[in-house]
Amino acid sequence: MQMEKIQEGVWEIPKTEKEGMRVPARIFASEKLMQIMDKGVFEQITNVACLPGIQKHALCMPDGHWGYGFPIGGVAAFSTEDGMISPGGIGFDINCGVRLIRTDLTLEEVKPKMELLMNTLFKLVPAGVGSKGFVKLNSNTFREIMIKGVDWCIENGYGWQEDRERIEESGHMQGANPSKASQKAISRGMDQLGTLGSGNHYLEIQVGLTDQIYDPEIAKVYGVSKPNQIFIMVHCGSRGFGHQIATDYLQIFLDAMRKYGIKILDKELACAPFNSSEGQDYFSAMVCAANSAFANRQVITHRIREGFAEVFKKDAKDMGMHIIYDVAHNIAKIEKHNIDGEEKKVIVHRKGATRSFPPNDPAVPEIYRKVGQPVIVGGSMETGSYLLAGTQKAREMTFGSTCHGSGRVMSRMEAKRKVRGTELRQRMTDRGMVVRAVSMSGLAEEAGLAYKNIDEVVNTVDALGISKKVLQLRPLGSIKG
Amino acid sequence: MGTYKSGHKKERNFLKMGKYKFLEDVAIADSAFEAEGESLEELFEACAQATFEVMAETKTVEAKKKEEIEVKSEDLEGLLFNWLAELIYLKDLKATLFSKYEIKIEKPDGYKLQASVWGEPIDAEKHKVKIDVKAVTYHLLEVKKTDNKWTAKVILDT
Repeated sequence: MQMEKIQEGVWEIPKTEKEGMRVPARIFASEKLMQIMDKGVFEQITNVACLPGIQKHALCMPDGHWGYGFPIGGVAAFSTEDGMISPGGIGFDINCGVRLIRTDLTLEEVKPKMELLMNTLFKLVPAGVGSKGFVKLNSNTFREIMIKGVDWCIENGYGWQEDRERIEESGHMQGANPSKASQKAISRGMDQLGTLGSGNHYLEIQVGLTDQIYDPEIAKVYGVSKPNQIFIMVHCGSRGFGHQIATDYLQIFLDAMRKYGIKILDKELACAPFNSSEGQDYFSAMVCAANSAFANRQVITHRIREGFAEVFKKDAKDMGMHIIYDVAHNIAKIEKHNIDGEEKKVIVHRKGATRSFPPNDPAVPEIYRKVGQPVIVGGSMETGSYLLAGTQKAREMTFGSTCHGSGRVMSRMEAKRKVRGTELRQRMTDRGMVVRAVSMSGLAEEAGLAYKNIDEVVNTVDALGISKKVLQLRPLGSIKG
Repeated sequence: MGTYKSGHKKERNFLKMGKYKFLEDVAIADSAFEAEGESLEELFEACAQATFEVMAETKTVEAKKKEEIEVKSEDLEGLLFNWLAELIYLKDLKATLFSKYEIKIEKPDGYKLQASVWGEPIDAEKHKVKIDVKAVTYHLLEVKKTDNKWTAKVILDT
């Protein structure tokens, strides 16, 4: 394969590598991460570079790995005039994302109550195959959620007024049209609001590492206020509703491609012109799913606040349980970016990549505008996570994007072969963690050894300047589906 | 996990026919498998079994509740995609895992699959649930006929 290191941490695959490539592909990785980057990434990111209307480069973040269609970690921007939108560039789990909640509590206060706290949360936040949420909806109320997202939750008592400004897109993207979501999608997802799902989704109690506050000034603005502070991280998405929308439109797009005469290298890259009726319909339906995912994490936040109040016998407000931020890492967004010296409207696909907008950007909430958007990077349950800040460099190099996690290096099957769920739980318990998992084999598949070293990934994006390290978080308790 | 062979005893109706094997080195965050059957019906049954084996220990799922499925497609890959997508949809809609299938595939004008499927409402403990399948993907999806058997490769988004 032709590949050139164009600067420390940036590797370029030229257009001549594969027939049909319209732009070069760029992979962001340290030497170490490049060595373990799996072969699927190279194949898939160069496939993405072949899609009509793609701008500048097809990008893959340092946590990238083999997915379907786009690689996980893939970022691509398409012209809104003559470019594509592709469900395979977003993922079946539309608006899968991460939310971080702060507290005033410290490790010393929480440690003695961890077992009780985890049991309480495990009851309040259903997880695993087939779980149903506590919010009873009908298709009309569900349609309201598709449009209003987190606003619906706040209006119905599942959130605080201030919550909306601490969420990407204020918890509701514009452009939802519930009539573009199938009845199947609605009936599949209606009972699942407030559920975690399974796989790599989780709810974690984490502690901020006092000696790992990299930027105390930004940390303070984000609400990091004391040593050994307790945080809660939630990783989940739009559940069956989003999965069904993606499934429905994949089929529609395969037909549309014939109609528009588009050729692709992988059926999972099925796409349609963003401006076509099919492209617009999918975007409207995707926004419905994105808003339902914001609402899902909001209802879960409500349950977490209830759980903490029950265990610590204090109001959630009195424990300072503010949302720090909520990021969408499987999404397509209409954004303006500088393309060859010109400000251009593009549809940015992020599949396993996080928006990383700089200080003074109007899309960053006012409370954070001086320091940049909080970027939440969820790691494996054994190694911990990071809070980063968005930068101008990301705007320049990556369409305002950065990594989303540590990235898998090992298949689920291999992880299960190497470690048993019960052993892993014991190992984590020995280390002082409390684990509640619906499935032991599901737990084993998420072992730390199945993932890249998150420190290496985060140090890479920090060194590249596409986001800035603020705080490292270590898990104390983990709930898995 | 090795190849699952067909069961023989009557009570083991959950593995009447077909077989499958999970793949380790494909699309690492997801669940990939290869399946085979002597007929298309056997192949599609094996693919359904593999899909539910990702989610639970299917041998614990009793054939208590029946659902009817009909899907169509112009080609066999599309038919397999639609079949598995329909089962995944029903899994959420009815909160049910499936373990027994009676499938009929015809080719009047394009392909048509009609099936009766049996399963049981999801019970996390009883069925030893594993991880949820979000969707079936088209990535590397193939249905092939070699000599006298049918084979398929499928990647599920998990």
